[in-house]
Amino acid sequence: MAKRYATGTLAVQGVDLDIARGDFLALLGPSGCGKSTLLRMIAGLIPVSEGALDFPADAAARRSIGFVFQEPTLMPWASALRNVALPLELAGTPRREAEARAAEMLARVELAGFEHAYPRALSGGMKMRVSIARALVTKPRLLLMDEPFAALDEITRFRLNADLLDLWRAERFTVIFVTHSVFESVFLAERIVVMAPRPGRIVRELSVPAEDRAAPEFRTSATYAAHCREVSHALAEAMEGA
Amino acid sequence: MGAARLLRWLAPTLLGFLFLAGWEWAVRANEVPPFILPGPVLIAQTLARDWSSLSVSLLVTLQITFAALAVAASLGLLLAVLFAQSRVVEMSLFPYAVVLQVTPIVAIAPLIIIWVDDVRAALLICAWIVAFFPILSNTTVGLNSTDRNLEDLFRLYGASRWQVLWRLKLPSAMPYFLAGLRISGGLALIGAIVAEFVAGTGGRASGLAYRILEAGYQLQIPRMFAALVLVSGTGIAIFLALSLLSHLLLRRWHESAQAGEPR
Repeated sequence: MAKRYATGTLAVQGVDLDIARGDFLALLGPSGCGKSTLLRMIAGLIPVSEGALDFPADAAARRSIGFVFQEPTLMPWASALRNVALPLELAGTPRREAEARAAEMLARVELAGFEHAYPRALSGGMKMRVSIARALVTKPRLLLMDEPFAALDEITRFRLNADLLDLWRAERFTVIFVTHSVFESVFLAERIVVMAPRPGRIVRELSVPAEDRAAPEFRTSATYAAHCREVSHALAEAMEGA
Repeated sequence: MGAARLLRWLAPTLLGFLFLAGWEWAVRANEVPPFILPGPVLIAQTLARDWSSLSVSLLVTLQITFAALAVAASLGLLLAVLFAQSRVVEMSLFPYAVVLQVTPIVAIAPLIIIWVDDVRAALLICAWIVAFFPILSNTTVGLNSTDRNLEDLFRLYGASRWQVLWRLKLPSAMPYFLAGLRISGGLALIGAIVAEFVAGTGGRASGLAYRILEAGYQLQIPRMFAALVLVSGTGIAIFLALSLLSHLLLRRWHESAQAGEPR
């Protein structure tokens, strides 16, 4: 999958990105650097003012997007199961089939048994799992995540990070993950795109090799620390230039 | 806690009982004549004695109240949905809804009774005018206050206008609609009573308000109080019933339904 994008708006300027199928890409930068704007443009939620997005030729790809917001953004009047089934039902999948697939997806995010719980009864981390299940239930080719774990406590965030990676390794969908956390981006992403504000633009791209990331206890390893240091420096440079 | 819950019922009941006992005592000790102020015991006796005629009137008033509430709820909801679909419709109609709301019903009730031949229909229109606005304005606010991210999500999945309305906007507006309904329930009763007062229709098929007027003319003050007790009781019952409905519909998901639960 390839996307090329360039715009002249104040929010984001001159962004040019090629993303291959199965990439896990993090957009890292301070508040106001246009990472969320970029993500929303990719999702088609806001119009692109200049330049274009290229999706692979098959028309279905445009609709094959999952989106996870910073808040869980669940319908409070519906059970976890009904929330996850929503994207399928909006697309016309019969209710019974949609619910069966939703239940399956809930089990994948380790929420089996919570199908009939209402969002109010779930913890912050569980709500986010429901939100992820909803984004993945349509088996999207592209998963867009807008600082999804920013509001969670660190312990929950670490678990969700690891579980997200497991899901990604199993399914190999493409992920674009917006974050302002250096540690999160290094742990999750193969490619880290560092952005700077005013106007929002890409300043550097770094990569974390798969063999490094596959190491057990990666989060506490020296390689992890080295990558974090490198990314932090890149981010600091980006801020100075701004 | 069971004790706290018991206290919540016990305290007001005890206070009410003390108040009634004090009233009865004051009336008897000072030998106040019943046409000035009857005691609660006499009122209760009158209520029991005149139940056959009062209950017919109660039924008439209840019919008008509930018919007006039903029309107000369905029309209010329908119009609010229309407002949510089209800004132009909202901008052109909302001011007139406000005009209906701020015009005192006592002032326009005589006109409506002159214009509309059927007295019942006239009463219903009056009660509807009073009950209509809270439902319309609350539901409109509710429909406009859906979570923006959820709206984005529906858009992302290519939801139709109908799907957005049915699966997102109406459920979001539900707590607001129910809050409006609770206010309108009481207002519909007030509207019906006020209109009956203005219409002043006699005969067997007349409402509680006419019973109050009639008893007043005949200086049957205990009977007047008995009718008044029925009016208040009806108002309280409507409020409790609508509160219960709201609680049952919202308890699984909305914060407001939790507030009523004992801590």
